[in-house]
Amino acid sequence: MAPIVAIIDYGSGNLRSAAKALEKTSGELGGKVIVTSKPSALSSASHIVLPGVGAFPDCRRGLETVDGMIEALADQVYDRGKPFLGICVGMQLMAERGLEHGDTPGLGWIAGNVVPITPTDPTLKIPHVGWNNLFLSTRAHPVLARIKNGAHAYFVHSYHLKARESTEVLAETDHGGPVTAIVGRDNMIGTQFHPEKSQRVGLQFIESFLEWRP
Amino acid sequence: MLKTRIIPCLDVNNGRVVKGVNFVDLVDAGNPVEQATLYDRMGADELCFLDITASHEGRETIYDVVARTSEKCFMPVTVGGGVRTPEDIRRLLLSGADKVSINTAAIHNPDFVEDAATKFGRQCIVVAIDAKRVGDHFEIFTHGGRRETGINAVSWASRMESRGAGEILLTSMNRDGTQSGFDLELTRTIADSVSIPVIASGGVGTLDHLVDGVIKGHASAVLAASIFHFGTYSIAQAKTHMQNAGVAVRPSPEPNHD
Repeated sequence: MAPIVAIIDYGSGNLRSAAKALEKTSGELGGKVIVTSKPSALSSASHIVLPGVGAFPDCRRGLETVDGMIEALADQVYDRGKPFLGICVGMQLMAERGLEHGDTPGLGWIAGNVVPITPTDPTLKIPHVGWNNLFLSTRAHPVLARIKNGAHAYFVHSYHLKARESTEVLAETDHGGPVTAIVGRDNMIGTQFHPEKSQRVGLQFIESFLEWRP
Repeated sequence: MLKTRIIPCLDVNNGRVVKGVNFVDLVDAGNPVEQATLYDRMGADELCFLDITASHEGRETIYDVVARTSEKCFMPVTVGGGVRTPEDIRRLLLSGADKVSINTAAIHNPDFVEDAATKFGRQCIVVAIDAKRVGDHFEIFTHGGRRETGINAVSWASRMESRGAGEILLTSMNRDGTQSGFDLELTRTIADSVSIPVIASGGVGTLDHLVDGVIKGHASAVLAASIFHFGTYSIAQAKTHMQNAGVAVRPSPEPNHD
């Protein structure tokens, strides 16, 4: 079945790169991409992608501004089990709460909060910007099947999702201590890094996501 | 661990690359999208477009360049040159840029950096600092190093960090174009005084210069134009050299996963 990908447009930054990477990959699989701010569009999609850049509270507010979107996400992803990918702040929004500029509720799909990265080595720079390794958990996951342990992905962030259940952390990176790189459970996966900016490693990840039928 | 980034920079004038890589397999060496695609294939860690277009009408072309690049290159792209208003930033990001670099506009109006960081997130705001030695310290210059501002470069960097800059792109105007190496004292002084990443720029002529910028200058990333434009060195050669000198870089291309 060819994938129909809905990318949620809620006014958060740059959708073009994510859309182009998903278009390229879904096109190769005979599918298509719709960039949408209509909650009703999620029901006709096979895969749902929530991107996000900037600050957690701004993204949460942006999502709330689209009438019915949070409810549609809960219905399609949480209740009906449609494959979901959160990218960067879109991944962070899967958490229970975000502690950037105050305390903001997330979608509550992954147990844990979004907290500042606190490197043990004070000379390490924040934001964590650039290419860093993905250290995969020992649990096999179909979306990570093409990713080799230690492969590099592109990160740019100052906060990360500190998950309470270690089983929901699918990969970590290291920046003066473990930093959450990929979370997931059931039909949901989220990447702190930007697959759409991670050259071949990112495109392979996207391809696996679009082939995923959890 | 986080790897040191190698960032090739393309100067773009009226939508055309001024000094491009001169490779035989390029159909059109002045085409910025072709040049960007080449750097993407070579495994560059990021790409920087510096728009040097003087005329207002000509400046429209950069949006198209960025948009066409984002269809082909799935790597981080920074665009600088003439970024003056939130609308400029919004259009560049919507075209497919990941970060914008703000230079003169930050000096005219430091609030602009804060507003931009609040609106678009600090991860996409790079503040470009062109610094020159004046006596025993460094000052900010504008207009390609011709106009002095009297602002101390080190305190300016800290101020920009507190205003919301996510990174600093630091160019030595004494070294730019000389191929005699980064100004290491400048680079180290600023890199050690801020907690955000500093990208060293200006003066790269050899691969050892790249190593020095990181080991002696404490830069998080190195930006170069000429050594890559003229095909003196490839990105892969630069990475191998840095790796051998003890600087951790991302292998390029990444080893095959299948």
